[in-house]
Amino acid sequence: MTLRRRLSDAFYVRPLFLLMLLLIPPLLWLGIIYLGSLFNLMLYSFYSLNDFTGQVEYRFSLSAFQQLFTSPANVDIVLRTTVMAAVVTVACAAIGFPVAYYIAFHTRGSLRMFWYLMVLLPLWSSYLIKVYAWRLMLAGEGVISWFFNLLGLGWLLQGILSVPVVGGPSLSNSYLGMFLVFTYIWLPYMILPIIAALERVPKSLIQASSDLGAKPNQTFWKVVWPLAIPGVAAGSIFTFSLTLGDYIIPQVVGQPGFFIGQMVYTQQGTAGNLPLAAAFSVVPVVIIALYLLLARRLGAFNAL
Amino acid sequence: MSYAVTLNNLVCHFGAVRAVDGVDLEIAQGEFFSMLGPSGSGKTTCLRLIGGFEAPTSGRIMLFGQDASRLPPYARDVNTVFQDYALFPHMNVRDNVAYALTVRKVGKAERDKRAEEMLELVKLDGLGERRPGQLSGGQRQRVALARALINRPRLLLLDEPLGALDLKLREEMQIELKALQRSLGITFVYVTHDQGEALSMSDRVAVFNHGKIEQLESPKRLYEYPRTEFVARFVGSANVLEGRLIGQPAGLYALRPEKVAVSSGHSAGANRLPGRLLDIHYLGSQTRYEVEVEGQRLTAVSGSDDSELQIGDAVTLGWDAGSLRALSGAPAPAPSLAPQGGAGGGKGHGGGS
Amino acid sequence: MPPKPSLGLRIAFFAGMAFLHLPILVIVLYAFTTEDRTYQFPPPGLTLRWFGEAFARSDMWAALWLSLQVAALATVIALVLGTMVAAAMYRFAFRGKDFLTTLLILPIALPGILTGIALLTTFNSLAVQPGFWTIVIGHATFCIVTVYNNVVARFRRTGYSQIEASMDLGADWFSTWRMVVLPSIATALLAGAMLSFALSFDEVIVTTFTAADQKTLPIWFLNELFRPRERPVTNVVAVFVMLITFVPIVIAQWLTRDTDDLHGGGKTG
Repeated sequence: MTLRRRLSDAFYVRPLFLLMLLLIPPLLWLGIIYLGSLFNLMLYSFYSLNDFTGQVEYRFSLSAFQQLFTSPANVDIVLRTTVMAAVVTVACAAIGFPVAYYIAFHTRGSLRMFWYLMVLLPLWSSYLIKVYAWRLMLAGEGVISWFFNLLGLGWLLQGILSVPVVGGPSLSNSYLGMFLVFTYIWLPYMILPIIAALERVPKSLIQASSDLGAKPNQTFWKVVWPLAIPGVAAGSIFTFSLTLGDYIIPQVVGQPGFFIGQMVYTQQGTAGNLPLAAAFSVVPVVIIALYLLLARRLGAFNAL
Repeated sequence: MSYAVTLNNLVCHFGAVRAVDGVDLEIAQGEFFSMLGPSGSGKTTCLRLIGGFEAPTSGRIMLFGQDASRLPPYARDVNTVFQDYALFPHMNVRDNVAYALTVRKVGKAERDKRAEEMLELVKLDGLGERRPGQLSGGQRQRVALARALINRPRLLLLDEPLGALDLKLREEMQIELKALQRSLGITFVYVTHDQGEALSMSDRVAVFNHGKIEQLESPKRLYEYPRTEFVARFVGSANVLEGRLIGQPAGLYALRPEKVAVSSGHSAGANRLPGRLLDIHYLGSQTRYEVEVEGQRLTAVSGSDDSELQIGDAVTLGWDAGSLRALSGAPAPAPSLAPQGGAGGGKGHGGGS
Repeated sequence: MPPKPSLGLRIAFFAGMAFLHLPILVIVLYAFTTEDRTYQFPPPGLTLRWFGEAFARSDMWAALWLSLQVAALATVIALVLGTMVAAAMYRFAFRGKDFLTTLLILPIALPGILTGIALLTTFNSLAVQPGFWTIVIGHATFCIVTVYNNVVARFRRTGYSQIEASMDLGADWFSTWRMVVLPSIATALLAGAMLSFALSFDEVIVTTFTAADQKTLPIWFLNELFRPRERPVTNVVAVFVMLITFVPIVIAQWLTRDTDDLHGGGKTG
């Protein structure tokens, strides 16, 4: 029997052999390279930085976490980022849901494929370019100002910008601006899982509901919405998680107040304080893990 | 001369499920052998074990005298017609049919020629260029057949091949398959849940239940002499009566509805039961009567239409003493064959009368 | 719900769609503006001059070339590993399938900065110099899931009986793989490759950490964003990058058009 035949027979008689062969290289890659690195990073949050030598001391210490939680500036950073992530998630759900609903229920065939593609393209367009586009639009002399002025509403824009916290010197330097950009960038991540969830609602359920006397409003809230929740939960995983860790958008369209992502970036870079950076990283990981647990209970994992 | 297939105490477990729970049988070469049973009875698993698509937990599978228990499907001289046809969508019909030859590196001219021959055999000549997606269900079924036969295997397995076809087409195909098997002389092992199909096509039938064979005989003997309540009810329909009801020794007895006559009024006697007419179904060539007797619902079928009888009437069921079949609780041991090929098979011991 | 959508829904839909696409159109418009110092809108004039200037920028070409190479290699690795996982997940039942699915999607679901720093720290610990190959390794890691999603979806739509039929007719595992399995997943592989390419081509965050001082095109772009030399040139490059990523996406969508479970191909699971 040739070697090839022997191998093929072996795969057949002992399927476990084949399974191992198929799984081991990817597992090694993902397990060691990826998980291992993450774990390694988390480990650093339990080390400390020697202030004098600027070197990392590889001894168990909670000083990094101490720094993180006792300094009000740092706590601010965490709060600020989390609030933004939550607000962005709500906005994405609010804007994205009607879009997903329309595509899932009111389009068919090639028209549906077209609209689906129209959601897919912004998703896959370059992240940087989209952020850049907003920088252009939000600039003092850019599209949005021009539009407001055109409508004679320039005073309104100034008014919004002078609102404390939310406003700023210009749209491209304000939390409002950041909020707009975040919402825009993550919007497709929210729309697609909702479409998937809604597509799985059998039309017969809706017909049965109205057959039993429910008004369209009631049918929506009692039949469609509960089935759509897993999709919203799945989308929110991305919007929440990605906002927590982003450091580019706050830099490009931001206020001086730092976000977690920026903190991590500067601490590991110029400040050379890897333990503190790692400690800051642990925060989004823990929040995301908790969020994943919550999302899982809402059924998001079935909608992924 | 060896048997085509021998199964020795074959067992196949999937976790806690005992799909095949100790099956013994022998199939002669050139036989049309059916495995009949409800879903979950183990007949399909048994077929897949013969084909090599499942591995036995214990027991032995012999094919033409060789131990094939651990051979992969490509090493067995067996071909299969799958229930969903399993045609390759990315190849046209001719390449599908010629696949077994392509695998053996037969040259293109030779391959195409033999594929065309097979297509003619199944009456699909001229459709070689089409894709499976462009064919009807019946046509796809024939392609699957042609593909499985091109290598002239000594054994052909068919897994409920006619299930997806409508009634008329199914009946046509049954006749064609039987004729094909006779002319080719190949051993067919055929799985079905349709007892009419099994009875009309086979030389012998094995009735499966809960992973075991309850009875294995020729169709005629299977129908005339069922040995257990399950077989009596599954192959055809049956009235199952307790012995004390009908003046017989304790135990269960089967009575085929067509052996029962219905007469109006109550009369007593041996081989008679009084009852009340519950329902009448007119079926064209027959009339079926449903009669309530001591809380049990019994059926009688007659060729004539007794229009005098009304629902609710008192009636009497009567039968010949010779039509009763004594049923045993346990499944019968499979009879072994006298070594002879072709139709006719073994003679099992029938129930008493 | 009646098939005719309410006015409110229609407005919400088109408004949402406009919101999605307006910024992209704005960028395209800005590629033609004559004003090169501010982001003035409306553009004072239109010109094609910047296209020529963009083509003359050699640093841009170097970055583009690097991006293409990285994307190609990362895609090849992702194709192999992603298909292996897909085959294993489809064919076998084993404990830990849920864990594996989560593991596959983590590189995309977790913020890029975490992945980037984690990888960098590991490379430092192992005394591996950041360079071309570290970039590729980082990219391949999050591209695996896009290939996996496409291939596993295709596997699920292909009946396993085809493989059994092939073996029944005499083909061993290798022949069956070549003649039956590969053709049936070919377009899914291609779609996964397209998406993986686009994903890698666009990635900037992880790349920043795993590159030494090489510049992929997104990194080049990021620099231009903060110290712009010629603003409109940046815009022109932006338009071209969009086109380069559009093409694979449209192709991938067309290749998987007859899947009845459409999905974002990998970014959203």
